[in-house]
Amino acid sequence: MRFSVRKLSTRRRHRFAGPLVLLLGLVLAGGVYAALAPSPATAEQDTAREVEAGRQLFEIGCASCHGLNAEGIETQRGGNFGPSLIGVGAAAVDFQVGTGRMPMAQTAPQAPRKKVAYDAEEIKQLAAFVASLGPGPAIPGDDYTDIDSASIEDVREGGEIFRTNCTACHNSVGAGGAMPNGKFAPDIRDVSPKHIAEAMITGPQQMPGFSDDIITPEEKRNVIAYVKTLKDSPSYGGLGGGSLGPVVDGVFAWFIGIGGLVVVAVWIGAHGTRVKKK
Amino acid sequence: MSDLEVRSGHDEPIPNPGLQEHQYRPQDVDPKQARRTERQISAMFLVAAVLFVGFCAVYVFVDADETFLGWSAQNFGFGFTLGGALLLIGIGIIQWAKKLMGDHEIVEMRHSAASSAEDRTAVLADINAGLDESGIGRRPMIVRSLGVALGALGLPALFVLRDMGPLPYGHRNTVWKKGMRVVVDVTGEPIKPSDLRVGDLVNAEPAAFFETDDEGKPLFHGTELLQAKSKAAVIVVRMRPESIRPAKGRENWGIDGILAYSKICTHVGCPISLWEQQTHHLLCPCHQSTFDLADNGKVVFGPAHRPLPQLPLALDSEGYLIATRDFPEIVAPSYPRLAHDQKKLDEQA
Repeated sequence: MRFSVRKLSTRRRHRFAGPLVLLLGLVLAGGVYAALAPSPATAEQDTAREVEAGRQLFEIGCASCHGLNAEGIETQRGGNFGPSLIGVGAAAVDFQVGTGRMPMAQTAPQAPRKKVAYDAEEIKQLAAFVASLGPGPAIPGDDYTDIDSASIEDVREGGEIFRTNCTACHNSVGAGGAMPNGKFAPDIRDVSPKHIAEAMITGPQQMPGFSDDIITPEEKRNVIAYVKTLKDSPSYGGLGGGSLGPVVDGVFAWFIGIGGLVVVAVWIGAHGTRVKKK
Repeated sequence: MSDLEVRSGHDEPIPNPGLQEHQYRPQDVDPKQARRTERQISAMFLVAAVLFVGFCAVYVFVDADETFLGWSAQNFGFGFTLGGALLLIGIGIIQWAKKLMGDHEIVEMRHSAASSAEDRTAVLADINAGLDESGIGRRPMIVRSLGVALGALGLPALFVLRDMGPLPYGHRNTVWKKGMRVVVDVTGEPIKPSDLRVGDLVNAEPAAFFETDDEGKPLFHGTELLQAKSKAAVIVVRMRPESIRPAKGRENWGIDGILAYSKICTHVGCPISLWEQQTHHLLCPCHQSTFDLADNGKVVFGPAHRPLPQLPLALDSEGYLIATRDFPEIVAPSYPRLAHDQKKLDEQA
């Protein structure tokens, strides 16, 4: 069928004419947008660039222990200089590098928290590179760290989970404690919620992991909220002293406190102003 | 002639230098200074009085939940006012004694601490008279029977002290039994092997602690729950299967490197969950007993001398972790009759 101008013009008041024109307009606009808009492949290219930048940083800063392909380097006795990082995920990198534990300054029983060597952008790139090696836990999002959204009941539940799973090593207020052979469970009171969540997910160094199937993201958030509540609650006894308990407080009061009083009393007895005048 | 002059004679190896010349205090020689000191001391006492009133003000006006420099504002206020007032009174009294009260040296000569010979003779005579009248020497039966009575006084103490706790014996069974699910402590969720990665730790309990009877009441509650928990608590860990060296008969007690052990230390029964995932060592926080969970819970360090009891695991039809039986070893701190109870437990199995 042929559309002559006349035919078109006679049908311009047809009841479907308006919607038809609208539809044509939409198709046209969509087509033009699809042709001119930036292609969605760019996000992938960004990731690829990030991974590549991460690889370069890795080869300079990490490969000497973890191997050029992060496969780990074994010692002759079956130990390792640095373990394989394949499958540890972005969360492990963000924790280890983000708290300054990696790169390690020296071999030691434990890599301690220290000054962070990389900036946020570089940590992101390193994490992207390690994440690209094999599937592993991603950097935890708001569902783990949004502690302000935890209700008082949530905090109470977090406290119960904390006392069951964490206090054995990290002390009842998160002040940390000693472990065998020079290792220690660090103080977690000043650690950011993101890094606490990452430690629970990945189980860094000797710490066991607590998977999301056993302790859900929401429960992890509650644990973090509880730890932060402990830190924010006022210290009714004055100086906290690591909350080590009444025995330590008593030893301090009896030996240092009363001993100090004895010294002061002796000093008072031995001193006083005298003059030559009579 | 005073004592002092007698002793300064030429029979001493070093001549007695005598007393130093008295040195006066500023307050002794200058009345203005003395008045100033008096005013200072009175001011301290008056400030102390104000601080006591301040204590009451803090009590009335400061709320319990207000804070000051991260401390409780109320406790800080109480400490500052009461402590400050007592300190000022103390300093004031010391100043008064040292600066205004009498100031002269006194010599007190040493002499023997023993009583005089007459006193000693009199006391001994009294004691002997008493002994004589009581007839201790002449009536030995009375003395010996008194000894028996006083010795028997210790018996009630033994019985009363025994009531302080049940004697540790008969701790043979826990609530674990064949087919009972191993669930996460606090939440009570059942556990699938896929929930655990290598290096993970779960503090777990028997499912019975989270179950209810027909009327909806929990099976265990109150003291009963705590006592059952103190025997049945376990930790579930996952290691690389190749790092585990199971003893004979224990080869199928784990699932792909997942093992369950008692959480009760075999030394004095502390809950033990300091898990080093890389060394496979479990450390007790009380006395540093260390157990190698890759080697059947063997003691590798510390005062414990029994391996940590292991709970044999299996999977139920839905794929959740269950126990295949109760602990084959006694879960308890070590106690005298443990070997006897263990024999009974072996017979029972």
